Amino acid sequence: MIYLDNAATTRVRQEVLDKMLPYLTDFYGNPSSIYALGREAKKAIEDARAKVAAALSADKNEIYFTGSGTEADNWAIKSAALSYAGKGKHIIASQVEHHAVLHTCEALKKEGYEITYLPVDEYGIINPGDLEKAIRPDTILISVMFANNEIGSIQPVKEIGRIAREHKVLFHTDAVQAAGHVPINVNEMNIDMLSLSGHKMYAPKGIGALYAKQGIKLAPFIHGGAQERKKRAGTENVANIAALGEAISLIVSEMDGEAAKAEKLRDKLINGILTEIPHARLNGSAKSRLPGNVNISFEFIEGESLLLLLDMKGIAASSGSACTSGSLDPSHVLMATGLKHEMAHGSLRLTIGKYNTEEEIDKVLEELPPIVKRLRDMSPLYEQYIKDNIKDKKEGK
Amino acid sequence: MYSEKVMDHFMNPRNVGEIEDASGVGTVGNAKCGDIMKIYLKIENDVITDAKFKTFGCGAAVATSSMATELVKGKSINEAAKLTNVAVMEALDGLPPVKVHCSCLAEESLHAALWDYAQKNNIEIEGVSEPVETDHHEEIEE
Repeated sequence: MIYLDNAATTRVRQEVLDKMLPYLTDFYGNPSSIYALGREAKKAIEDARAKVAAALSADKNEIYFTGSGTEADNWAIKSAALSYAGKGKHIIASQVEHHAVLHTCEALKKEGYEITYLPVDEYGIINPGDLEKAIRPDTILISVMFANNEIGSIQPVKEIGRIAREHKVLFHTDAVQAAGHVPINVNEMNIDMLSLSGHKMYAPKGIGALYAKQGIKLAPFIHGGAQERKKRAGTENVANIAALGEAISLIVSEMDGEAAKAEKLRDKLINGILTEIPHARLNGSAKSRLPGNVNISFEFIEGESLLLLLDMKGIAASSGSACTSGSLDPSHVLMATGLKHEMAHGSLRLTIGKYNTEEEIDKVLEELPPIVKRLRDMSPLYEQYIKDNIKDKKEGK
Repeated sequence: MYSEKVMDHFMNPRNVGEIEDASGVGTVGNAKCGDIMKIYLKIENDVITDAKFKTFGCGAAVATSSMATELVKGKSINEAAKLTNVAVMEALDGLPPVKVHCSCLAEESLHAALWDYAQKNNIEIEGVSEPVETDHHEEIEE
């Protein structure tokens, strides 16, 4: 199988698995227990916390472990809403946020909060000028993602952080796709809160982290115990926490080399597809883009059909079509970039990870063109296009 | 998520193509929803002698078009007019709930093709009326 859906999830790497397994068997103690078995578990958590902090240039007291990136997003936004309601009830987010952010904002809207969604340009990137204009005296939070999960566009995070700081507004960024893949320094970038997830960086599913800058008000998210400094109660997922620490430490140390390798494969795939297949368009930015993200729309065809046929060839990918989003509308991200409905339905996302090889990219470039052709041959939209084209030629247009 | 029959009709769709001198052609759906179906019928002495389709859409949309064209071939226009989306779904061993609208499109594109034939020949077919633009997604959500 050729796995090109690394933005969905990644394989747990061996070093990470080796690191975590002993905490399920040998060191299974409860980290809150005072005897040696418990202390071992506690130590694993604190080591991991230091590693996550180091990866972000943060302090270890600023890291809180969560059950997922989604939970970290929920926590950051709900905490800001709860803790700063005295200042105001206005939140700014972008139109291309992950649903973990969008749906949390929508839930707050029902509680009387007002949300401004910043538009994006054709590449999926916000205009810092729009952000500046959207800030009001009652704005309590700006939540703009670091890099987009669908089209890989990287936001001008440092600029957003500068504006947020200048206006004394909290800045949260969903860095689930970015962490471990592009450099992040929470101090230089003026980030107050940041969400990340383990399973996008070769750790298991079910572990995430929230960075919350010292001094900001962070409301407890789960009550019932002293874990995570009384802010996220519940016995810690020690093995997964140890895994996240190891995974982030490894991925950050290898970032330069891995990014260069992924970018090379990414650009080969993008250029190959755009050369081989007519009526195809790159979604997202060519410059400000995650190293492993490819997102291309094919005119006249629909994404789910494309995924099914790719799956038959052993290629795992994803799409922003309605049929694959689990909803009835195509991707909100692609629509926000101004893409027409039919082009959004015909999008294909291929995301490269550390285990992908050049041979695999070559194989995709070989398999994809006939699949697109096959679907176009049965598409009434393509039929119409061809007929219009012939008519235009006859009329000398 | 799809039955074996749906996958078979998606991977090996029957009757893909156009009929040059079709007796009736019907197109329903729109690009906004992500599915468009076009059915071509060849009708001789009120019997459907050939049916072809072109579909822009998901796996279920392709499979229901394929099955619907299979089911109406050899049928009289009156029998074909009675084909329901439920019959198409049953013939495919079912569809996931979010894909039911695809089977509605199959029924409607067939009816649209029969309507086209009826108009051209100035006849009436029981149960076939002028196609109206509907949003299938909203129907399903209700």
